[in-house]
Amino acid sequence: MRALDPRLVQRARAVRALLVVDAVLAVVVALLVLAQAVLLAGVAARSFGGASLGEVAPSLVLLAIVVVVRAAAAWGFEVAGRTAAAAVVSRLRLDLVDARLRRTPAALDGTQTAEVTTAAVTGVDALEATFARYLPQLVLAVVVPLAVLAIVLSIDPVAAGVMLLTLPLVPVFMWLVGRHTERRARERWQALALLSNHFLDVVRGLPTLRAFNRGGVQAGRIAEVSDEYRRTTMGTLRLAFLSGAILELAATLGIALVAVVVGVRLAEGGIGFEAALTVLVLTPELYLPLRNLAAQWHASADGAAVAERMLDLADVPFAAPGSRPARLAPIAFEQVSFRYRARPVDVLQGVDLVVEPGETVALVGPSGAGKSTLLSLLMLFSEPTSGRILVGDDDLADVDPRAWRRLTAYVPQRPTLFRGTVADNIRLGVPDAGEGEVRLAAALAGVDDVLDALPHGYRTVLGEGGRTVSTGERRRIALARAFLRDAPLVLLDEPTADLDPESAAAVAAAVETLREGRTVLLVAHRPELAERADRIVRIDRGRAVEEAVA
Amino acid sequence: MTTIRRLLALSGMSQSRVLLSLALAALAVGFGIALMATAGYLISRAAEHPPILALTTTIVVVRFLALARPLARYLDRLASHDLALRALGRIRATVYRRIEPLAPGELDAFRRGELVNRLVADVDALQGLYLRGIGPPGIAVVVGSACVAVTALLLPQAAVVLALGLALAGIAVPLLGARLARHVGRRRAAARGEVAAELSEVLRGAPELAAYGREDDAFARIAAADRQLRRLGRRDALVSGLAEAALALVAGLTLVAVLALAVAAHDAGTLDRVLVATLALLAFSSFDAVAPLSAAARELPGTLASGGRVLDLVDREPSIADPPNPVAVTSAPTVALENVTARYGPDEPAVLEGMSLQLEPGRRVALVGPSGTGKTTVTNLFLRFLDPARGRVTIGGRDARALRQEDVRRTFALAGQEAHVFASSIRENLKLARPEATDDELLDALRRARLADWVESLPDGLDTLVGEEGGQLSGGERQRLVVARALLADASVLLLDEPTAHLDPETAQALVADVFEAAGNRSVLLITHRPEGLDLVDEIVSLPAR
Repeated sequence: MRALDPRLVQRARAVRALLVVDAVLAVVVALLVLAQAVLLAGVAARSFGGASLGEVAPSLVLLAIVVVVRAAAAWGFEVAGRTAAAAVVSRLRLDLVDARLRRTPAALDGTQTAEVTTAAVTGVDALEATFARYLPQLVLAVVVPLAVLAIVLSIDPVAAGVMLLTLPLVPVFMWLVGRHTERRARERWQALALLSNHFLDVVRGLPTLRAFNRGGVQAGRIAEVSDEYRRTTMGTLRLAFLSGAILELAATLGIALVAVVVGVRLAEGGIGFEAALTVLVLTPELYLPLRNLAAQWHASADGAAVAERMLDLADVPFAAPGSRPARLAPIAFEQVSFRYRARPVDVLQGVDLVVEPGETVALVGPSGAGKSTLLSLLMLFSEPTSGRILVGDDDLADVDPRAWRRLTAYVPQRPTLFRGTVADNIRLGVPDAGEGEVRLAAALAGVDDVLDALPHGYRTVLGEGGRTVSTGERRRIALARAFLRDAPLVLLDEPTADLDPESAAAVAAAVETLREGRTVLLVAHRPELAERADRIVRIDRGRAVEEAVA
Repeated sequence: MTTIRRLLALSGMSQSRVLLSLALAALAVGFGIALMATAGYLISRAAEHPPILALTTTIVVVRFLALARPLARYLDRLASHDLALRALGRIRATVYRRIEPLAPGELDAFRRGELVNRLVADVDALQGLYLRGIGPPGIAVVVGSACVAVTALLLPQAAVVLALGLALAGIAVPLLGARLARHVGRRRAAARGEVAAELSEVLRGAPELAAYGREDDAFARIAAADRQLRRLGRRDALVSGLAEAALALVAGLTLVAVLALAVAAHDAGTLDRVLVATLALLAFSSFDAVAPLSAAARELPGTLASGGRVLDLVDREPSIADPPNPVAVTSAPTVALENVTARYGPDEPAVLEGMSLQLEPGRRVALVGPSGTGKTTVTNLFLRFLDPARGRVTIGGRDARALRQEDVRRTFALAGQEAHVFASSIRENLKLARPEATDDELLDALRRARLADWVESLPDGLDTLVGEEGGQLSGGERQRLVVARALLADASVLLLDEPTAHLDPETAQALVADVFEAAGNRSVLLITHRPEGLDLVDEIVSLPAR
């Protein structure tokens, strides 16, 4: 049986509260199950002995009340579970965002952003099933069988003996079967996913297939592949379902054995009718919670995997931020190396680089050489794996990151436009800037004409669901941010990549204005940008090589 | 109802298989109910202290049911899954056959990328058609009626109560549950979408937020969206377990009513005392037959919505067809657009207007223009994925509509940024262009695309798997593979649609130069918005910004 990740229980008060509520409700349910059996058997037995409806009426009313309360308790389980699930998920989600936002904003690469979003939003379904169903079922599966066994033992030790004989089979089977099924089930879903992926691949490739006159041939292939997968999948299922069948067999055999053993003893006068009937009614209740638990197995497996992934992402190791005051001075990279988590090789291997105040340094080199990583390290988004960055005499790692970043303006290769107006986007670094300042920054970035031409001017809403702008406009809006920020150190990552010649020229002109009186470190592919720098440094295979002085 | 019937026809499920699966499922549920009822009868009968021999038959029945129930359930699960998988395979093949002539010009799915995924997900969802749409109601009707019939034989008034209870639990409760779930689901989807949007924006922009000191504001925004979702979650919690609780309530109250009727009937002398407990247990267990209906009712609308979308596609007739008397294509023809206006649907805006372009044998022409000006539409027109609304496309001076589509497409080889790389081997991806090609020919094409050395250095060579969407390849390798495939096709006109997208300038320049060299005496149309390669063409045609 899958235990809860202790980190989760530790983290979320809601989980502990849920466990307490579940335990209380489980005891209530166990009591109701016993009451229902005793009342039902009592009514039947008294009727058997000739009692009239009037005589058993009070018992019937009690039975009706038990039924109502039992339904309410089942509802309570679900409500408690879902409420707790929402709380736990929310806690995990916020922890995760906190980790990414405040501690290591760029320590992980782009592909993982999508993964984090998926885990934090859609992964929730799996977690919700764990808390709303699996966990309550787990508590029920412990409490109810124990209660049933205890009462049967007090009624008829022989029947309890029969139960005890079959009952251990259930968890043992479940353990065996669970281990087995888990792997089998995973294989099964993999086969199904593979099949679906094949179809997706073919449909996505339809234009290409048709362009090469190969569209028609694939129809037969799809039928063939589907049938092939069906056969292999059915082979897997034959075994996977077998385990479920064995589990069920334990339950039905248990019922039959109890019925026969108790029935024979009853016929021989070894036990009373009411007692025998109580035992019989209780028998299915012994196995039911265990079988329900087995049915929730997948939910628990998925949920545990999601929780683990989210916890891993939220518990990123990070060093305590520095606290020294920030000031701008000559910047020196000393033997700086960096390796991304889960990557085999260093992106940067012992980079030495000095940037003097007021200087413009262009970083050039092939994609993937580590140029952007260099900027990230200078922004304190990550720490070097080895080596250090000195600012004057201070190690940058000891400097208060927020104070340091206040001295910088940073424009990444793919700037993000956040949901909000154009003006708010330019104001990102100076939230209280007036409209005149925003317009001046836009003019300096050479984007004011474009923005004035928008339907709502600077109040046009950008970002998801809002207006889309071209890559060049996006870059220049990000440059306007940098102008407005008016910071002494400017970091630009490929401001002209993927732009058509006119847009590239406009951005290059804006960069030229931005250089005035500032220290600029820019990553550049294109010669027109790099040539204007004071120095060009080539980053190749993780090392820095001084190239030429312009 | 018609949707279900049409989907069933589409799935080609054989009636005998459906009946077999239903029968097995009904037996499994029926055996389970019978086990409890018979066990109750056994105990009641034993209470009359008969000789043990008199109980033998009942004991045998109880044992039989205990063994038969798991067996029937096992066979039922196998049969129903086999049925669902068979149906899925059939549906996939049929859907593919129907949409093949529509792609890509007449399928929105290809113009808005994520719709392809939805189409495939919709088809996948149809495997639930039997498991939710037919199975549960069928079983409920068969087994439920049997239980009511047996009860009616023993005590008619109890049968009426049971029938009412089953109808309530099998129809009203699932419908109510499905309604609540739909309502809740819609509201939550909206709130969840809001959180997802905030999250992905903030995570993507995390470096800039940190750079500009706005991380606390961003966190507060996420926290607010999350609070809203949590508030909804609490409200939904009250609704979510309602259907299951209602089922338990109806089953329990029916048990009480049947028990009361049985007690009264026995008191009145119309019911054998042995049958009081038997009837009660039978009535209570009967609800196993309707229990799966709540989940089915919750999920069926989604399955049917998917089915409806799939049917819409299947019903679509392609507007591009082969002419009855096609004319032959000349080898190495001049291809041209003559004053062409093109749109993707009668109500959609024109993507190209009055466009003319001529490509004589051996000529190299570049088509340039900002994105969104219909450059890719030009390739769609040449390949006849789209017919012009006005004007005409000519191949060797003849209107393309007078030719067989296969012949038209044989004239062109397309290598573009959107060319698909299949999740298969390098060999399979290349052979698409010429299935009968030998390894030497494949390597030759790779050599001309400057990819042969790399392929030969791989441990698996041509058999190297390229991953989903060619994900195991770098951007440059992927583009070169696509170019090699186009070169292998041996067509007289090479269409290069943004072949250098996502490549750095040095790599891009090298690739374009290599392709032009490898093209030999083929005509080449280079569609691009970048400067690389423009020095190598005979003519540059600009599309105006719109």
